Amino acid sequence: MSGPKLTNPVVRWIDHRLPVFTFLHHEMHEYPTPKNLNYWWNFGSLAGITLVIMIVTGIILSMHYTAHVDHAFQSVERIMRDVNYGWLIRYIHANGASFFFIVVYIHIFRGLYYGSYKAPRELLWMLGVVILLLMMATAFMGYVLPWGQMSFWGATVITNLFSAIPLVGESIVTLLWGGFSVDNPTLNRFFSLHYLLPFVIVGVVVLHIIALHRFGSNNPLGIDVRGDQDTISFHPYYTVKDMFGLSVFLTIMAAVVFFLPNSMGHPDNYIPANPMVTPAHIVPEWYFLPFYAILRAVPDKLLGVLAMFAAIAVLFVLPWLDRSPVRSASFRPIYKIMFWVFLLDCVALTYLGAMPAEGIYVVLSRLCTVYYFFHFIVLLPALSIFETPRSLPRSIGKPVLGGGNGIPAPAPAAAREKP
Amino acid sequence: MADSNDQPTRRDFIHVASVSAAALGAACIAWPLIDQLNPAADTLALSTTEFDVSGVQEGMSVSVVWRGKPVFVRHRTKAEIEEAAAAELSDLPDPQTDADRAPRPEILVLLGVCTHLGCVPLGQKATDPKGEWGGWFCPCHGSHYDTSGRIRKGPAPTNLVIPPYKYISDNVIKIG
Amino acid sequence: MMGCLQKLILFLLTFLVTVPVATTARSAESIPFPSQEWSFNGPFGTFNRGELQRGFQVYKEVCATCHSLNFISFRNLTDLGFNENEIKAIAAEFQVEDGPNNEGEMFERAAIPSDMWPAPYPNDNAARASNNGALPPDLSLMVDARAGGADYLYALLSGYHEIPQGKEVGEGMYYNAYYPGNQIAMPSPLVDDGVEYVDGTRATLVQQARDVTAFLAWATEPNMEQRKRMGVMVIIFLLVMTVLFYYSKKKIWSDVH
Repeated sequence: MSGPKLTNPVVRWIDHRLPVFTFLHHEMHEYPTPKNLNYWWNFGSLAGITLVIMIVTGIILSMHYTAHVDHAFQSVERIMRDVNYGWLIRYIHANGASFFFIVVYIHIFRGLYYGSYKAPRELLWMLGVVILLLMMATAFMGYVLPWGQMSFWGATVITNLFSAIPLVGESIVTLLWGGFSVDNPTLNRFFSLHYLLPFVIVGVVVLHIIALHRFGSNNPLGIDVRGDQDTISFHPYYTVKDMFGLSVFLTIMAAVVFFLPNSMGHPDNYIPANPMVTPAHIVPEWYFLPFYAILRAVPDKLLGVLAMFAAIAVLFVLPWLDRSPVRSASFRPIYKIMFWVFLLDCVALTYLGAMPAEGIYVVLSRLCTVYYFFHFIVLLPALSIFETPRSLPRSIGKPVLGGGNGIPAPAPAAAREKP
Repeated sequence: MADSNDQPTRRDFIHVASVSAAALGAACIAWPLIDQLNPAADTLALSTTEFDVSGVQEGMSVSVVWRGKPVFVRHRTKAEIEEAAAAELSDLPDPQTDADRAPRPEILVLLGVCTHLGCVPLGQKATDPKGEWGGWFCPCHGSHYDTSGRIRKGPAPTNLVIPPYKYISDNVIKIG
Repeated sequence: MMGCLQKLILFLLTFLVTVPVATTARSAESIPFPSQEWSFNGPFGTFNRGELQRGFQVYKEVCATCHSLNFISFRNLTDLGFNENEIKAIAAEFQVEDGPNNEGEMFERAAIPSDMWPAPYPNDNAARASNNGALPPDLSLMVDARAGGADYLYALLSGYHEIPQGKEVGEGMYYNAYYPGNQIAMPSPLVDDGVEYVDGTRATLVQQARDVTAFLAWATEPNMEQRKRMGVMVIIFLLVMTVLFYYSKKKIWSDVH
């Protein structure tokens, strides 16, 4: 396809010197996208839009917020009560963080199911894991800023983890705190870094999209695009589909922001931070719960910390753990089942992370933690060797004549397998 | 990839409708994001100040804070009032009668901000220089104001501003 | 395609159900309490001005002796239906510290509408000293700061039942059926006819409990009505836009399937 027809002389003048319009035309209008993407492919654009929402609301909040232990909590209440629409911007930002993680977790599980992390998209996947890590750091620091009880004690517990590092652990914690406990220096630096990291995320997202466009999107069948008959231009097909998906997403988010704005939070964070009083149960925000469960499941402090980080580290090396040449779970009958078991394991870990570390919850947390690592380290490599996949369809696009996807008799149903 | 209808253009009503809805939504969300910059409710609550003028002795000037700026309240002497009333309008760079500026002549209420570039003029304390007309003198660039707060000499273009105020009782004014 | 969409919505709904469960289901010690009907519950909930005014009277005459309301200003009371002069009069009943004056001294003056509600004690230590070492918490956010919100507060205030057979209550503590652990440092603040309502409503203990809880719900979130009103309009708009984009999408994709 040729470049855009630019008729406006001003546009042409700019484009000749800085080809933004040609670039956008290629990336949006022409960019060949598999024609068979399903709705699980909407979540990447949703994540990008949520990032923009978080940055816009965050910048506005920082116009009214004061990052000092004596004023932080009160400045947030001033935003809620006195700043015009302050309550709306605050609720969008706080709930937006939760929705950002919902969207990104679904996006990740889509990748797991359809093998989007496999060659040649390993680096795309790893950049995604970097984005996840940056999001977790950003969210952790952001939650400290209102300086409620959970803000303070969550910060205390998580920064204390670093004392598990042998020899230098205590010094590192003192360095992080800027003092002898979580206090004003800590709050100030968290505010600075919380403002900074989202822009680092933007940078990594740009790399993520560049890496994506190198080979184009994966698709539900997991087979490569073979020609123009398999693709359609991104615009208008996927722009309109993304707008529809965005409308659904915004409707759900609006329902929460306007009618259930505190449902994903914790009441204790409406109590100003008190270093002398520890809440009965310190709980992180829900999106950290699975990692919190893994941390507490290991009885040793250092090993618990290592296990928690390993839970994410294992994602980095996933393309080398799962070496099955078949991408999509649609054609991997055993992996398909194990995927759902793994998802169930993650949901269980989320629930267990919120439970007190007593009784049956301890046993279950340990079982689920072991299973989490078993899935990646044992199961996936084993399946790569021992699983017999179904026959793959020949191509994405239907041939002009006849029905089906052109598969010979043996397994015609497999070609139409939908998750 | 033939179009399912035979319109070569994509200006179908449904697309116009959906894009218009999106544009309307974007405009609606833009308003709160801009309005949050406007003064918040607690700032607006401080937009008026009440002051009891009976505490100001004759010949004295008091400064009151209103919206973060000084307001001069001067209880003028008879001599000061006569001087202000006797001024020829043609002598004034910014002509205005004293009666227009001080409905109750003994109490003059002015915004203590020089109309040149915003300094606070001197003249509130007995020891301050009051300029050649016995009112106020701005040390930044040498503007002279008379006993009605009108500019007489110097770079300031207009008289000291009379802030909006009214008497809510015999002796209490509400500024703003 | 529809199958995927349905699955997507089902997935998200499941999430919205399990996430609140995961985030609230924790304390083994919380005691179940009955849920109440409040005028401000639900997507179309509003505050009842009469209830708020009575609740304000209870707060002012009973609770304000010990509990601060730090995030409420006198000017906020216009929400309750008071006019400017009434609020000036309410404010003027209180003295607040101001200064320094020209002599460099702090002084007391009558409060004005832009002032915040004055705290009963100058600091936490003074509060504890006057209350057997217990700190009466600030009430501005109490409905959001406790799991169960208004329902829990109402249960607590009306939960000072007779100590059951066999249970013991420590020195300086009082039995409450709904406070975690059943022992609370605050004696029952409410008593039948403890206040005389300006509007003539019979001030039973449970009536006062209901009214002051409603008042505290307002104090926690004065903007709640605006939030819900806006929410209804936003959701309707978004549903319309969703339908429009659905048909737009179908039209554009009709030549692909």
